[in-house]
Amino acid sequence: MNDDNVFSVKGLDVHYGGAPALKGVDMEIGPRQITAIIGPSGCGKSSLIRCFNRMNDLIPGAVVSGEVLYHGSDIYAAGVDPVVVRRHIGMVFQRPNPFPKSIYDNVAFGPRINGFKGDLDELVERSLRRAALWDEVQNKLKKSALALSGGQQQRLCIARAIAVEPDVILMDEPASALDPIATVRIEDLMQELKKEFAIVIVTHNMQQAARVSDKTAFLYTEVDEETSARWGILVEYDDTSRIFTKPTDTRTEDYVSGRFG
Amino acid sequence: MSAADVPVPAEAGRTSGEVSVLGRRPARRRVWTDRLATAGLVAAVIMVLVPLGLILFTIARRGLATISWEFLTQPMPYSLRKEGGGLLNSALGTFLMVGLATVFSVPLGVLAAVYLAEYGKKNTLAGVIRFFTDVMTGVPSVFVGLFIYTALVAQIGFGALVGAIALSIIMLPIIVRSSEEMLRLVPSELKDASYALGAAKWQTVSKVVLPSALPGITTGVLLAVARAAGETAPLILTALGSFKIVTTLVGEPISALPLAILSGARNPFAAGQARAWAGALELLVIVLVFTILARVIASRSRISS
Amino acid sequence: MAGRLATGGPALGAGPLLGRRGLGRNADPLFALLTAAAGSTVLVILGFMILTTTMTALPAFQSQGISFITSTDWDPSAGRFGILAFIYGTLVTSAIAVILAVPLSLGVALYVTEAAPRRLRSPITYLVDLLAAVPSVIYGLWGVFVFLPLFLQPASAFLGRFLGFVPIFAGPSSGLSYFGAGVVLAIMIVPIITALAREILLTVPTEDKYAAYALGATRWEMIRGVVLPRSRVGIVGAIMLGLGRALGETIAVALLIGARPQISASIVQPGYSMAAVIANQFQEATEPHIRALVGVGVVLFGITILVNVGARLIVMRMERS
Repeated sequence: MNDDNVFSVKGLDVHYGGAPALKGVDMEIGPRQITAIIGPSGCGKSSLIRCFNRMNDLIPGAVVSGEVLYHGSDIYAAGVDPVVVRRHIGMVFQRPNPFPKSIYDNVAFGPRINGFKGDLDELVERSLRRAALWDEVQNKLKKSALALSGGQQQRLCIARAIAVEPDVILMDEPASALDPIATVRIEDLMQELKKEFAIVIVTHNMQQAARVSDKTAFLYTEVDEETSARWGILVEYDDTSRIFTKPTDTRTEDYVSGRFG
Repeated sequence: MSAADVPVPAEAGRTSGEVSVLGRRPARRRVWTDRLATAGLVAAVIMVLVPLGLILFTIARRGLATISWEFLTQPMPYSLRKEGGGLLNSALGTFLMVGLATVFSVPLGVLAAVYLAEYGKKNTLAGVIRFFTDVMTGVPSVFVGLFIYTALVAQIGFGALVGAIALSIIMLPIIVRSSEEMLRLVPSELKDASYALGAAKWQTVSKVVLPSALPGITTGVLLAVARAAGETAPLILTALGSFKIVTTLVGEPISALPLAILSGARNPFAAGQARAWAGALELLVIVLVFTILARVIASRSRISS
Repeated sequence: MAGRLATGGPALGAGPLLGRRGLGRNADPLFALLTAAAGSTVLVILGFMILTTTMTALPAFQSQGISFITSTDWDPSAGRFGILAFIYGTLVTSAIAVILAVPLSLGVALYVTEAAPRRLRSPITYLVDLLAAVPSVIYGLWGVFVFLPLFLQPASAFLGRFLGFVPIFAGPSSGLSYFGAGVVLAIMIVPIITALAREILLTVPTEDKYAAYALGATRWEMIRGVVLPRSRVGIVGAIMLGLGRALGETIAVALLIGARPQISASIVQPGYSMAAVIANQFQEATEPHIRALVGVGVVLFGITILVNVGARLIVMRMERS
């Protein structure tokens, strides 16, 4: 167990109201690299990523078992407060969801609720710069965030997430609601961000995973013939180049070569 | 394309001139039935709007005849027969009691709505609260007045405070239910974003959910205020009415615009009646301003979202 | 180690996550308690409402016994408090109001949802909603000084002259009567029923309406065949809500019903209602009289609650079937 890893997952199971969604996932997320999670729809990619910051706790009836170590500490251990966990881990969602507040107040939200006492203006500017949004909004920080375009809103959400200075950013299909140009900008941004943050990205777009990530995890669904229950399993997890050129499992190979999806 | 734009097929059958299998007479009867029905609907609309127009017109005409700067700034004359004077004491009483009632009912109502919306999805207590809040909206306002009379006035006397409490009980269920609906409309993605940033539940509610729902909640509050401003029966039993300008909260009966209008309506003297009409105009303006303001805020927020 | 910048950002080490309550996290259970308490005040208020009024009225109930609600003999000076006449008046005026208001409200709602040109829909709806905002004391004032001479007196005279042989229209009338109060009540509850009926009518799927048109139906036939059957449940609910409002309405009725504490078979004769007698007699009442008036309020409350809860149950049952 390499403690340099940001996340170490062992035997992760997720159930929603008794029905299994994910079974037996083992993986490690290393620092300062981009890890993509791919797989056909319904295979539990979102459920997996939401385990990393205990967002699954918010879904009534969700049960998570197994171990998720964040820098060596199990975030699912008894007595751990999920609110504290989430302060260390940033998340960006599929549809940009800025608060109906000003651009400034969006970025400042996280620091403010965490009792930040330093120079807020400076922190906001730095976060917006790192999200490659500063130039476009520096003169309208007090304007409503909802006036921005979709791509800008998503970058704002990234700025908002990194303002609390996590060391890992989770992205659940961050570009799927954006047009191609905005998507490219997000992907370029990810390459910049990985110099400081570990990034875990869920994507249904294989080409994006191949372009952007250093390691890729492929999830696939398993079916119980009798009960027709379906759940996700981790089939293969390796360097991206390997997954896309010389995958070990036939299911991986079929998926990345587009035989199904 | 709306239902009103769809051509009525039976008419086509009537004018075509050919002898259809169904014959022409049934078609004509159907058309005339339809026309009669439509005429009936229009008649209903006219019968409803005519009284409205009449009310607005009468109040404007008779009220404007008496309303003046003196009216708005002078209290009631001691003798009901006297000309002149105004309803300042009543207007102040209304502002005081409705203002206090708002201060009491809004925080309480919004917090209760937060409970129902954020903690009350499958909760039995929340279900019970919701049911009885709906029951409370149907309680006659005179009964609310009786309650405050028996519970408080018997102890501390008539006055502005007990009047305000009575009004706040009337406002409370309105605010709770409308605020709950507005809070539910806040998209869960916003709450997700807040939680993902490490916010506690109370922070998410107070800094994201409530601000987002604010326009809708304000609309509900304004409508509740308009309702409270127009209530008479509960005030008969708690504020009682007075000629004087009253500033004490407890133990001193106080007037309000609806009370003044009521006593003016019963007044045999023309001067008293004239004041009643002017008071009605004043009250109607206040109520309409709040109601229309609520509508404007509601439609504005709908446009921007 | 979590990358920390040297600018003094939030001091969140990646260190022990265990057993650490975050900043402000302790406020969460407190907040939940606070909101639950706020919600429970509704229950507390309702409970006290029933409690204090019933207890205040108890001596009156006890001294009158069952005759409180079965006797029409209301004579405060003699200590006799029979409220049957008021119950009768409340029910009669509300019935008149509902009978007059329902066709009008439905007509307006149907017009606005089905028959009106698009441009007229919003203004008409807006105006009718404005009617709902007019306070009842203003309806009362206008009712007494304008509506009474303009319509109620001639109408009552008309009914007396041509239909006076029918008992419910008999007798001389000054216009102040169950009928007078009932008509103004009707005007007052029309906006409520219209608003709700409109919402219900809008839920009828357009495809069903077009299916009727495609079969050659006229608009009225479509309304009768598709819209009304689909909306029956909701409209019943709307009517009962309007009824509940009519039962509790005080001021307009107090000014227009004629203030006569006796039952009269004719609706153009004066009478009295429960809410009206409370409003009219409270200010001059002395103790036993006040207790009796509180008792009237309790009975009124009971009837209103029954109607409201009954309406909900009926709607629920109709929805299930």
